Amino acid sequence: MNGSDAAILPGRPGLLRRLADTLWRHPHLLLLLMLAPPVLWLGVIYLGSLFALLVQSFFSIDEFSGLINYEFTLKTYRELLIPANLDIIVRTVSMAAAVTLAAVVVAFPIAFYAARYARGKWKAAFYLGIMLPLWSSYLVKIYAWKLVLAREGILNWLFAKLHLTWLLEAYLSLPLIGGNSLSVSYTGTFLVFLYVWLPFMILPLQAALERVPGNLLEASADLGGSPRQTFRHVILPLALPGIIAGSIFTFSLTLGDYIIPQIIGSSRLFIGQAVYSHQGTAGNIPLAAAFAVVPIVIMGCYLWLAKRAGAFDAL
Amino acid sequence: MSTALQFAGVSRHYGAVKALDQVDLEVKEGEFFAMLGPSGSGKTTCLRLVAGFEQPTAGHIEIFGETAEGVPPFRRNVNTVFQDYALFPHLNVLDNVAYGLMIRGVEKSERYRSAEQALELVALSGLGKRRAGELSGGQRQRVALARALVNKPRVLLLDEPLGALDLKLREQMQEELKNLHRQLGITFIFVTHDQNEALSMADRVALFKDGRVVQVGTPQEIYRQPNSRFVADFVGSSNVLPPDFVAAVGGASRWASLRPESIYLTREGGHAASVVAASFLGGSTRLAVDVSGLRINLMLPSAAEIPAVGESVRIDWKPADMHLMESGA
Repeated sequence: MNGSDAAILPGRPGLLRRLADTLWRHPHLLLLLMLAPPVLWLGVIYLGSLFALLVQSFFSIDEFSGLINYEFTLKTYRELLIPANLDIIVRTVSMAAAVTLAAVVVAFPIAFYAARYARGKWKAAFYLGIMLPLWSSYLVKIYAWKLVLAREGILNWLFAKLHLTWLLEAYLSLPLIGGNSLSVSYTGTFLVFLYVWLPFMILPLQAALERVPGNLLEASADLGGSPRQTFRHVILPLALPGIIAGSIFTFSLTLGDYIIPQIIGSSRLFIGQAVYSHQGTAGNIPLAAAFAVVPIVIMGCYLWLAKRAGAFDAL
Repeated sequence: MSTALQFAGVSRHYGAVKALDQVDLEVKEGEFFAMLGPSGSGKTTCLRLVAGFEQPTAGHIEIFGETAEGVPPFRRNVNTVFQDYALFPHLNVLDNVAYGLMIRGVEKSERYRSAEQALELVALSGLGKRRAGELSGGQRQRVALARALVNKPRVLLLDEPLGALDLKLREQMQEELKNLHRQLGITFIFVTHDQNEALSMADRVALFKDGRVVQVGTPQEIYRQPNSRFVADFVGSSNVLPPDFVAAVGGASRWASLRPESIYLTREGGHAASVVAASFLGGSTRLAVDVSGLRINLMLPSAAEIPAVGESVRIDWKPADMHLMESGA
C-alpha cells in the first residue's frame, strides 16, 4: 500500500510531527487545547458579565443623587416587590406561560408529522418551512403583524368580508384579552410571541419524537393501547424532554423580550421593557439587574420542578 | 382441536413488491407453529398481519373464527414478543410488564401482583424495579415475554425473539419457551430464519420463500420429505441430486434429496468418490466428496477415521434415504 516493508512507518520530519505525536500521547492536553477558547468565552466573558450584572442587584440607588450605593443590601429586591413591579412580573410570566402552552399545542402535530411521516423531499420542505421565518428580520415580522392586526389591517377586512365584524368586536370587548384593536391587545402580543417563538418549540420536539422508536407504538397497540392511550402513556412521556427543551426556549425568550410588547400590545410593561427602561433613561441599574434575576429564578424553579416530576426520566 | 388462525389467499403487496402472495395457512389451537424462511421471505409480514400492524391487500384472515381484517391491533387478543423487545424505556420492568393490564384499567395492586407472577414465570422475580436499559439481552427477552404473557393472550406471536442472543443463551431460551408452551397451552407462532430452532421447537413448520408458503408439515416431514430443492437445501443443507444422477443410481428420473448424515463410507460397493474438503465441526466432521462431477456432503462422527483430502473413498446410502421430490424448484 505504501510501498514500504517497515513495521513502523516514519513520520513527516519536523516540529509539526513532534507536536502531533505529543498530542496523541496526551489526549487530555488536546482536549484542554480544544476547550480553552470556548470555556474562556462562555465562562469569563458571558457568565462573568452576567454575574457582574446580578451582583448589581444587591446594590441600591440613592434616590436623591441618583448614584449607585455600593453596599450590599436587599433594598432593591424590596423595591422589586412593590405592587407596580409585581404586576409587571405576573403579566410577563402569565404571558410566557400562555405562549408556551399554546406553542406546545400548535407544535406537537407539526413535529409529530415531521418526525413520523415526512420523508425525503417533504422533510426538507418541513425544515425549510420552519427555518425560513427565522432567516428574515425579526423587526420586519413584527411590523408585518402590526399591519395584519391593526384596525385597518387585513384581518379586520377579512372579518368584514365574512360579515363577522360583530364577532371580532365581541371578542375585543372582553376584559383583559380585548382592547381597542387586536394590535393593541394582549391577544395581539400573544399571537406575535407565539408566531415568533414557534420554531424553537417545533425543532426540539421533533428531535425528541424522532428518537421514539416506531415499534414502541406498535408494542403499545399490541398490548391493547388505543391511539389515545398510546399517546398518553408512551408518546407524551417520551416526548417530554423535548417539550421541556422547547418550553425553555419559548418561556425564557418571552420572559426576556422587550420589542414585541413595545410594538404590539397595550402599553403596559413587560419585564424586558422594565429592564430596558431602568438601565437606560432611569439609570437604575440595580433595579434593572433585579428584574433580570427574575427570569433566571423562574427558569431555575421550572427546571427543578420538571426534574422532580420525572420529565427527564426518559433521557 | 379448533382452528386458531386461518389464512385464505392472503396477500400483502407494497406497490410492485409482493411481501406476501396468496398464502393459505391454518394454525390449530395450542400448537407451536414456526414460520421459517430466509429474510425477506414474508414470514414477518405474515406475523404482522396476525398482530394487526398491517392489513392484507387481498384475502381473508380469521382468528378463532372471527374476521380479522380491519380490526386494529389493540382489539385483538394476541400479543407479540418483538424482535428487539420494544420495551418502554421510561418505565421500569414491573410497569413494562403491567402495561397491558394498566391499559385495561386493572386496579394497581392487582396488576402488580399479576406482573410479579409473570416475572416469576420467566425467572426474573425481584428485578421489577430495574430499568429496561439496565438488563442484559437475555433478561430483556424474558421481560418482553412476561409483558406479552401477562395479558393471557390466546395467541402469542414471537418475531425472531432469540435472534439477538448468543448461542448458549439461545439454546436455554429454546428450552424455556418449549416448557412455557407446554405449561400455558396457548398457541405460539414463532418466526425464525434458523432451521434448527424451528425444527427443535415447533409442532409444525411452514417454510416461506419469496412471499409464498412452500411447504407445511411437522419437523420430521419437512426434514425427511422436502417437497422441493429449496426446502431440501434450506432445511439442514441436504444434498440435492439432479434427475439424471438419480436415474443412474437406480431411481426414477426425478430430483431427490439425500441427507448428509444418511451417507456412510464403505469398503466395497456403493459409489467411488474423492475427498474434496473436510471440516471439523466438533461432534461430527463434514466431508465434501466428488462423485463423477457431483459434489456431495456427508457427515461422519468425529470419532470415526476421517479420510484425508484427495483420498479415494467409496460412499453409499440406503435407497429409502434418497427422497424423491415433487418439484425441481
